[in-house]
Amino acid sequence: MKQRMTFGAVAAVATLTLAACGSSDTIDADPSADNTAGTGGGSEELVIGSQDYYSSEIIAEIYAQALEAEDYSVQREYRIGQREIYVGEIEDGSIDLFPEYTGPLLQFWEPDTEARLMDDVYDALVTAAPQGVSILDQSPATDQDSYVVTQEFADEYDLTTIADLANVTQDITLGANSELESRPNGPDGLKEYYGVDVGFTPIEDGGGPLTVKALQDGDIQLAVIYTADPSIDTNNLVTLEDPEGLFLASHVVPVASERVDADAQAIINSISAAMTPEILRELNARSVTDQSPAATIAADWLADTGMVS
Amino acid sequence: MDLLREALVWLADGGNWAGPTGITARLGEHLMVTAIVVALACLLAMPIGVWAGHRGRGGDLIVGIAGAARALPTLGLLTLAALALGIGLVAPVVALVVLAIPPVLNAAYSGIATVQPSVTGAARAVGMSSRQVLAQVQLPLATPVLLGGVRSATLQVIATATLAAYTSNTGLGRYIFAGLKANDYPLLIAGSLLVVVVALVVDALFAVAQRFSVRHR
Repeated sequence: MKQRMTFGAVAAVATLTLAACGSSDTIDADPSADNTAGTGGGSEELVIGSQDYYSSEIIAEIYAQALEAEDYSVQREYRIGQREIYVGEIEDGSIDLFPEYTGPLLQFWEPDTEARLMDDVYDALVTAAPQGVSILDQSPATDQDSYVVTQEFADEYDLTTIADLANVTQDITLGANSELESRPNGPDGLKEYYGVDVGFTPIEDGGGPLTVKALQDGDIQLAVIYTADPSIDTNNLVTLEDPEGLFLASHVVPVASERVDADAQAIINSISAAMTPEILRELNARSVTDQSPAATIAADWLADTGMVS
Repeated sequence: MDLLREALVWLADGGNWAGPTGITARLGEHLMVTAIVVALACLLAMPIGVWAGHRGRGGDLIVGIAGAARALPTLGLLTLAALALGIGLVAPVVALVVLAIPPVLNAAYSGIATVQPSVTGAARAVGMSSRQVLAQVQLPLATPVLLGGVRSATLQVIATATLAAYTSNTGLGRYIFAGLKANDYPLLIAGSLLVVVVALVVDALFAVAQRFSVRHR
């Protein structure tokens, strides 16, 4: 499906990204850097925050540079730790723009929510947002748990969704952190929602290199890895679609204060629309593999997409 | 204390002892892994240590190797081994054998080497061959020390064999990891208590064996 067809696109983006490195200087400069100390007057600074998570910082930096390119002045407050802390700052207006994730944020505001699927979660999130906090458009890009198989295994049994695992004629062993064994989205959920029987073996590295190795060795056939994890691409893995919502949908979603005006919202929404799970993985990979700074990754991507020239 | 009480309640529940993931099975797996690891460590380290002690040579090398091996973090070693060998029981066994070798090696070397030279000299003087000195004088005299090394290795392995559950469906570590990751602290504590009790019981058995070996040498 979409996942597979976009591999080509990802490769193209990667090539373009490399080609565009030289142009980063033009947008790297921060026009507001000199007059941060409240010059007052017309343009207010928008404060952009991010989680203490490299991928979140990259997205925030993309917002920042895109806004700066349209002559907004921004202040960067990246790498804020806990959701408990920064959500308070968003609510009281000391942060104006923040890349968030739909499911976890909804569960923060409404711990008892039953919404799990992409659109249900988004609608509930819009309703749950407190006064003065607006939820902009959610992006197709996700950062959530997902069931993955190797490309060969997916090809052999023609797998697209988790339900297709029912076609598999061999035994399936799921390898993941041990807590998944007793969680509703583990083997029990696979059986209940998809009619798929799996064995379980614990691998306590959270979908890291040991899990990937076990997949490639055929010791396990099914694993849980984050949709935004670059190792999905580098190891040629395939994310299985989860139409029943075993895993809480967690799409990238910008959260904005009232000070983010309609034009700025339109800019941010266009970024969200352009970002796919594959692109997010590609951006993350540049941070993980190449150790590129967020500012460079953001500038390159904005130049590639033509959103900032 | 509520957590401890809940852990004890969990342990007292007979239902938790039965079945392929029950305590009895996990306990058996844990002891099996420990036995395999200690046996392999003895097989590898005992001959080298005894030989070096008997020849009175290579002591510095053995102390050096044992010291370096002690400094290796077992979890790191396990991850490396699993990346090379894949998941399952082999990688943890390799990592645990490396953990178990230093105490066995040290004890084998020093147990033999510290037998009084006057005693071995006397044995030679009455016409014993080098092999006879080793088998009939040095080894019997060193037995309590050798057992001490095996005892120390076994206790370390019992405690650390919980890591086998890092990459395989094995042993008491399953309760500890499951409890840790799911914030199920009673389960975590129950698993830890089981490991502690196993370690104490096995240590007591070794203490008896060591005393017996002192009396009968």
